[in-house]
Amino acid sequence: MSNYIEGKTGRWEYVIGLEIHAQISSKSKLFSNSSTSFGSDANSQVSFVDAALPGMLPVLNEVCVKQAIKTSIGINAKVNHMSAFDRKNYFYPDLPQGYQISQFYHPIAQNGFLDIQKEDGSTKRITIERLHMEQDAGKSIHDGMINHSLIDLNRAGVGLMEIVSAPEISSPFEAGEYVKNLRMILRYLETCDGDMEKGSFRCDANVSVRKPGEQLGTRCEIKNLNSIKYIMAAIEYEAARQIEILENGGSIDQETRLFDVDLGVTKCMRSKEDALDYRYFPDPDLLPLILEDQYIQDIKNTMPELPDAKYLRYTKNYNIGQDDAKVLISDRITAEYFEQTISLGALPKIACNWIIGELFSYMNKANIQINECRITPHNLCELLQLIADDVISGKIAKQVFEQMFETGKSARVIVEEENLVQISDPSLLQQIIDEIVAQNPGNLQAYKSGKDKLFGFFVGQVMKKTDGKANPTLLNDLLKNTLDS
Amino acid sequence: MSTLNKLSISQALLGLKAKEFSSKELVLSHINQIEKHRDLNCYIADNFEAALASADISDQKINAGNARKLEGIPIGMKDLFCTKNLRTTAGSKMLGNFIPPYESTVSQKLLDDGAITLGKLNMDEFAMGSSNITSYFGKCISPWKSAKDSKAELTPGGSSGGSASAVSAFLAMGATASDTGGSIRQPASFTGLVGAKPTYGRCSRYGMVSFSSSLDQAGIIARNVEDTALLLESIMGFDEKDSTSINLPVPSLTSALNKSIKGKKIGIIYDLLNEDSISKEIKDMWNKTIEICKSEGAEIIDIKVPHMKYSLPVYYIVAPAEASANLARYDGVRYGYSASQNTTNLDDLYILSRTEGFGAEVKRRIIIGSYVLSSGFMDAYYLKAQKVRRLIANDFYNNFKSIDAIILPTTPKAAFDLNKIDNDPVNMYLNDIFTIGISLAGLPAMSIPVSLSSDGLPLGMQVVSKSFDEETMFTIASAIEKAVSTKFIPGGF
Repeated sequence: MSNYIEGKTGRWEYVIGLEIHAQISSKSKLFSNSSTSFGSDANSQVSFVDAALPGMLPVLNEVCVKQAIKTSIGINAKVNHMSAFDRKNYFYPDLPQGYQISQFYHPIAQNGFLDIQKEDGSTKRITIERLHMEQDAGKSIHDGMINHSLIDLNRAGVGLMEIVSAPEISSPFEAGEYVKNLRMILRYLETCDGDMEKGSFRCDANVSVRKPGEQLGTRCEIKNLNSIKYIMAAIEYEAARQIEILENGGSIDQETRLFDVDLGVTKCMRSKEDALDYRYFPDPDLLPLILEDQYIQDIKNTMPELPDAKYLRYTKNYNIGQDDAKVLISDRITAEYFEQTISLGALPKIACNWIIGELFSYMNKANIQINECRITPHNLCELLQLIADDVISGKIAKQVFEQMFETGKSARVIVEEENLVQISDPSLLQQIIDEIVAQNPGNLQAYKSGKDKLFGFFVGQVMKKTDGKANPTLLNDLLKNTLDS
Repeated sequence: MSTLNKLSISQALLGLKAKEFSSKELVLSHINQIEKHRDLNCYIADNFEAALASADISDQKINAGNARKLEGIPIGMKDLFCTKNLRTTAGSKMLGNFIPPYESTVSQKLLDDGAITLGKLNMDEFAMGSSNITSYFGKCISPWKSAKDSKAELTPGGSSGGSASAVSAFLAMGATASDTGGSIRQPASFTGLVGAKPTYGRCSRYGMVSFSSSLDQAGIIARNVEDTALLLESIMGFDEKDSTSINLPVPSLTSALNKSIKGKKIGIIYDLLNEDSISKEIKDMWNKTIEICKSEGAEIIDIKVPHMKYSLPVYYIVAPAEASANLARYDGVRYGYSASQNTTNLDDLYILSRTEGFGAEVKRRIIIGSYVLSSGFMDAYYLKAQKVRRLIANDFYNNFKSIDAIILPTTPKAAFDLNKIDNDPVNMYLNDIFTIGISLAGLPAMSIPVSLSSDGLPLGMQVVSKSFDEETMFTIASAIEKAVSTKFIPGGF
């Protein structure tokens, strides 16, 4: 995928803007005290306010505000001292009030940015125009029924952060990167769990095409894309669809479209003529949200270091490779595990290798998260220290590691219990070498007459005799001296 | 009618305490009066069984010396306030069978003080109206009769028509009411009662069926200033379930009564007083009230409210706009009137439920409200109206920097014949001309009966004070009431 599409009449470029709807991580909904838990029985988390019974009124959940502020700071946006709530009016059964409470005129934050890495490795900055809070709607289930639909209002009223990018994304790849990065930041901040499958992180893509240097074309909005793969595929298809129309002399109708994942195409959901007039006006049941500098600063002070900053530190200060660094930062708990390990004294590159190599592989097999592992950063650090001190070899360490993972015992304890301390005593090793050499005169002869590969045979024999505990480096040196003499 | 019905609330509290009669007797006397005057159509729903049960509890508490502030006093509850397990209709077919699973804060506060709900009072549908004729449950009739035409059925006013008619006919000792553009004060004026609307934000709107959120306010209609004070104190107070509720302590209104108004600065809008369109009898009443205040030592000051003349158009843009969204929840999907038996698609469900469930005035206002918010018209209508609203409010706030209260009539005329209403809704809207500007500014205002019209019908004057200064309002109202010797009791009651 590149930034350009070669059409029949020339080269076209993508113009893409993304709107993300991220469910706010909070115990209660944005304006009511019902639970936001996912997966409960239908309509079991619906208060009178959620159901919009007569006389019910919204009350703003402060936790949601704090989460929105945190997120805004995380995307480098300016948090507005004054923001307000507006009603977005339309009728649909999953919208009990007949309007959604949103922030149209005065969002909580504006003018942020997100850096992404382009395909060629260079960094590109995508402007984020705004972040605002709004209510999520309930769920409608139409499948399998002809004359009616089922409505589950559990989700109605859950807080959302709508994050709107400027139309500065120039390819499906960039779109994927943008979504990945934004999702990572929100997960780091714990303001959204970023679960696209569960629907707590949804993406609408605004797509248009144009010949380089020309005016913006008419855009179409593709709604409710719930995986990065689909986002990229939908954008690619949509751009191609628009180019074909334009190259055949037609024009693009501004439409809202849906992506059919089975067919891989976008389909019209609503045309401009059917576009709804939402009649946005300030919600008279809610006061404007006034945020003091100190309040915002206090929240800023509680924020963890973000992925970009960690990536910079790991690559520059610790000399971790770019790809490895990306893996370490992909999850905040992984990054924190890594940082804890090195704060206890482990060398960064070595710790990185053990985490990404050994630990991840055991984790995947056991299907657990890094913070569920029995091996703590302390344990890992201790193991690495044993290797550094030459107490055990790297190979033995791997055995020890497996046991550490299974039992949660510390390296030191396992090494003692299993008697795995390396044999690093030269005289002792020499003794064993001499024994092996004496027992294998034939191979000795063969080696001396040129069969160098037999060196490995002798190494193996010594290892077998010592249950693998011979210090490999020392063994190598001693054996070489012995055999070559 | 029993003499018990004629007692004021404060007298009844004393009588109950002195065990001159029981709450049960008091409740029964009101039930009897209600049964006797069904023709007035004040009550949409009765609550008699529960009321008598509550009366027993009240009697026990009184006997044990644990009487709460309003223990055993029977009142009427405007059907706009959601009462748990007791049908709440807002005067509409849309909520014709709605039984709330929750209690409004206002009604809960009265219950907590020991008051007893006799039933739910008739009102204009969704509080939209000034005559109680838009009620799905039929018009409510005032107990007052015109001297010129004793057969004519007169309106008690609206939207709190049931509240006013019931209290003036002794079918309740007091009643809750609500005011968006004048719906407490105008009915009080029409029926010779006291009607008080506190500052916007004083009473919680939780559980109060919403019409126009930035204007709706609960209040009280009662037969005298003291009773009104007692009831209003009970229902005011911060509620965290209402984001527009004000967190200020509730003042003691009863302590504000019977105090001197010497030195109080009272603003009179002489420009309005001198207008030709104001009738002679209104001008006379106004001047009479000014004289009362002067003789009590108050200082009269000429004030200007230059933008007040825009009040009606501003109100009839802002209120319907908010209503169009507040009433969007009535869609036949979750509760309320639903055409679902007869529909097979969503559009029909919405269209039929709302067409059949709403009355003409409600539909009119929803459409106006949608229009003034619509793309292309929002700036010219809604935004402009809100800006002018700010100007109107500022006119009042600026005046209140140098005065303590404003006094002006409540209504341009007395109660009209229900069966002779003309078809132009705008003429109906003109009834609210003196009350609406004050609502737009969120100010506290109350109407007290001062004169009788040439037809022998009540006319009232409003006392308006600055935001959160209900005490001054009650002090001045109390002084005027004392000086007015007329007894405002409808003939035959």
